[in-house]
Amino acid sequence: MQICTYVWGRNLMSEPGELYIPMIYPCMRSEELGLQRSFDTREHSSLNRGHGTLKVWRMPRSLLFFSSREKKRRRIEDLTEKMAVDSGHRDGGCDWDGRWNHVKKFLERPGPFTHPDFEPSTESLQFLLETCKILVIGAGGLGCELLKNLALSGFRLIHVVDMDTIDPSNLNRQFLFRPNDVGRPKADVAADFINSRVPGCKVVPHFKKIQDCDESFYRQFHIIVCGLDSIIARRWMNGMLISLLSYEDGVLDPSSIIPLIDGGTEGFKGNARVILPGMTACIDCTLELYPPQINFPMCTIASMPRLPEHCIEYARILQWPKEKPFGETSLDGDNPEHIQWVFERSKERAAEFNITGVTYRLTQGVVKRIIPAVASTNAVIAAACATEVFKIATSAYIPLNNYMVFNDVDGLYTYTFEAERKENCSACSQVPQDLQFPPSAKLQEVLEYLTENASLQMKSPAITTTLEGKNKTLYLQSVKSIEERTRPNLCKTLKELGLSDGQELAVADITTPQTVLFKLNFTA
Amino acid sequence: MSVLCAFRLWGDHGQETLENAHVCLINATATGTEILKNLVLPGIGAFTIVDGHTVTGEDAGNNFFLSKDSIGKNRAQAATEHLQELNSDVSGNFVEEGPDKLLDNDSEFFHRFTIVIGVQLPESTCLRLGSVLWSASVPFLVCKTYGLIGYMRLVVQEHTVIESHPDNALEDLRLDQPYAEFQNHIKSYDLDSMEKKDHSHTPWIIIVAKHLEKWLSEHNGQPPKNYKEKEAFRQLIREGIRKNENGVPEDEENFEEAIKNVNTALNPTKIPSAVEDLFNSEQCKNITAQSPCFWVMLRAVKEFVHNEGNGSLPVRGTIPDMIADSQKFINLQNVYREKAMQDAAAVSKHVESLLQSVGKPAESIPEKDIKLFCKNASFLRVVRCRSLAEEYSVDTVNKDEITSCMDSPDSEMVFYLMLRAVDRFYQQHSRYPGVYNYQVEEDISKLKACVNSLLQEYSLNVNIKDDYIHEFCRYGAAEPHTVSAFLGGSAAQEAIKIISHQFVPFNNTFIYNAMSQTSATLRL
Repeated sequence: MQICTYVWGRNLMSEPGELYIPMIYPCMRSEELGLQRSFDTREHSSLNRGHGTLKVWRMPRSLLFFSSREKKRRRIEDLTEKMAVDSGHRDGGCDWDGRWNHVKKFLERPGPFTHPDFEPSTESLQFLLETCKILVIGAGGLGCELLKNLALSGFRLIHVVDMDTIDPSNLNRQFLFRPNDVGRPKADVAADFINSRVPGCKVVPHFKKIQDCDESFYRQFHIIVCGLDSIIARRWMNGMLISLLSYEDGVLDPSSIIPLIDGGTEGFKGNARVILPGMTACIDCTLELYPPQINFPMCTIASMPRLPEHCIEYARILQWPKEKPFGETSLDGDNPEHIQWVFERSKERAAEFNITGVTYRLTQGVVKRIIPAVASTNAVIAAACATEVFKIATSAYIPLNNYMVFNDVDGLYTYTFEAERKENCSACSQVPQDLQFPPSAKLQEVLEYLTENASLQMKSPAITTTLEGKNKTLYLQSVKSIEERTRPNLCKTLKELGLSDGQELAVADITTPQTVLFKLNFTA
Repeated sequence: MSVLCAFRLWGDHGQETLENAHVCLINATATGTEILKNLVLPGIGAFTIVDGHTVTGEDAGNNFFLSKDSIGKNRAQAATEHLQELNSDVSGNFVEEGPDKLLDNDSEFFHRFTIVIGVQLPESTCLRLGSVLWSASVPFLVCKTYGLIGYMRLVVQEHTVIESHPDNALEDLRLDQPYAEFQNHIKSYDLDSMEKKDHSHTPWIIIVAKHLEKWLSEHNGQPPKNYKEKEAFRQLIREGIRKNENGVPEDEENFEEAIKNVNTALNPTKIPSAVEDLFNSEQCKNITAQSPCFWVMLRAVKEFVHNEGNGSLPVRGTIPDMIADSQKFINLQNVYREKAMQDAAAVSKHVESLLQSVGKPAESIPEKDIKLFCKNASFLRVVRCRSLAEEYSVDTVNKDEITSCMDSPDSEMVFYLMLRAVDRFYQQHSRYPGVYNYQVEEDISKLKACVNSLLQEYSLNVNIKDDYIHEFCRYGAAEPHTVSAFLGGSAAQEAIKIISHQFVPFNNTFIYNAMSQTSATLRL
């Protein structure tokens, strides 16, 4: 599965185009992997100490609904509800002898490493089976694994959101899909498969974008797990959960927290993390772990290509829109005819510059921006995420605090650490964001800052403000007519736009469901 | 089935070895089927499940590849049916017998497999099989999920890796000892008399080479060594930037790139110590008709180093992308590429005479294999694991590793010792501790006795906290699905490494602790 940074690097040892290895590690800091890789156990255990240094993590009171009293209350509520609906018919009689034995040992027995709030009970299983509601975001490589893992761990009330349909290239790692499912929504097929293989499980599919679901939808879940391939979607989800937090006199109401478990993989690398929005580091707090997207400079593509990738980009970016080989349709990475066209043009381009190594496969890789995904890495990361869901839902163990990276290129390596909250995180800190610019700065510079700053990394920010009591859009990219109308503002200075020191700018972006407020501070 | 992504990670030749592999899985428990799932998806050739157990309700509860209908059937058969369905290109086979019985009847039964993966094996079976496979040189991967602990042990006498795909490989640029063709190419540039456009499109390798020549002539042939000298060298390059008519330096990105790359550029060309060690190993010194190709090629490279190579490995032949116009970049790339081809041809000659000397035809090692080998000469790896017999024998047990890890009592080593104690418990009581709730309390002292007798037998002066003994009784041999799935992913990836001879497998014991999401690799 791919994460949205699209830097392509070629492995040193390969013929051009023969083998592609991403050079960057959006899910982790490269120095952590490179420098701290360790196979010496002593060194390793000093890094990854078990319970020795692991801070005992008090479950926020918010998760009171997991305490046994609350469990009981919810169960009674739930039962009453069910009785009203289906005359008290529990469970559908789909359980069999011994079915939950592997799970029950962790729920019914006390142990030295459980969460302090844990109470062994036979009711905990009923809580999982009947009450605990989980949302899985994404039904791709990670999502399929997550659904299976959760269903076999006793979770039954699972919803899954995914906007994609099944592509033939998914079949080699998304094990819930078969060749005759190609073209159907991933969420639907995955839900059907799980529900038929794991009796009693009620996965509810939502074939839509996460942005198309509202607050009330997200609020119904106890825990949300993300198996996404897009950092924008991740940030949006993170922002949504932060927007659900309620503060009283600046104090966070813990019952408004919905824990977010996030997994990501790329090739043989992956990460799993636990986020308690408002309490622990959120996605945006650690945005600097994801390097900003780097593209090949246009001048390289246009006039001095050196790599086969440069030639493919030339065909994709410059030739396709100009020659419109298939009319007005935009380039579709899943359409073999489209790829073939780009491949042919790239080969011509490469021949012109004596560049070798353009292949059909490489073309498809560049066009689709695929960072190769591997079934086994998805399996590892989804497993770790599901374990964390189980821990939080049952208090059977203390959850991961709070970030684990995994890499199995050279041996098997994990590194577990506590990512720290960023004091002035633009998503979760509640601290007003400052923008420092001289009055002579142009709006363009502000725009560039919002997109290029490593801890903001916005994609197409829309900037509005209040001037003389009226809302004024300074710049907005997503609507063509407004973009054209506001474009001249980019060349104006802040002063010319009538902005004053201390002015509040409201910035909307696809990376967050909320508007981010910035305070403009004039520098000399 | 599309295997596009897999191709891009391990290449066509890697995929081919995968498709020719026949994997044996012993015991289709949740861990076993999860491993196999992640091998069937990318398309191994064939698998055979060996399992004499009958599916229980418990098995059907935590295993995605068994269903309620499987209960009462043979587990190998039921799992094969479900796994086969994932990928029709894979040939699925099963044997309805346990491994011990198979060995009794046919001691060579397991010799046919590319790798044998043994899951949840009792110690006696594991050791017996281990010794059979060791003498047959069949790689053996032992896997166990025990509560929240995952365990893997790789048993392979010698595993050679040509393509280790290191993450942070150093470039092989030879700036410190330019070969004749490279020197000539450098000479073809005259930075002073160039057109402005050419000057700013000269690759940084040339810029550094030119300035290095100058530096060497001014410093008695000594390259910049420490930080201060490197800074001075950077300054020297900076002074090479063209100035406009007003004496202001032009914007020359290629020079900036050269300054940034000074460290990389000055990296002395040397043979990595790991490769030196391989040169000195017996297998390299004594080439016989039975020597695997890897060792013949290694010896040929060694001969090359001592003769044509003047102490250096064959030139790798690749350069990183850099600012340059197409022609200059490609010319430079060709200088490296042609030298690499020349060197590979020289190595080829050595291979030929080595093969001749042991009475084998020259074509028994194809040209393309030699090229691949030369390109990866700096990254060659050989993994040698200790046998299980060595690990288990009182005389050869790795006490140092155990005691030094146990200096920190929460090291993952404690789980290894606990697993050994549990095996001992099983030997004595023919059951695992704490399987039923009523057994948990009474088994704590019994398991403690096993821990003590284990430590005593091996004269290990280490302390195991009672908490761990209690925790292992709590586990009651449970195989929770999410821990199985974690091992399923990691074990499958290690198996792919063994099968494809790409990337580096772990050596030799891996412990995963799902409680804290940490892991360690131990050498036992």
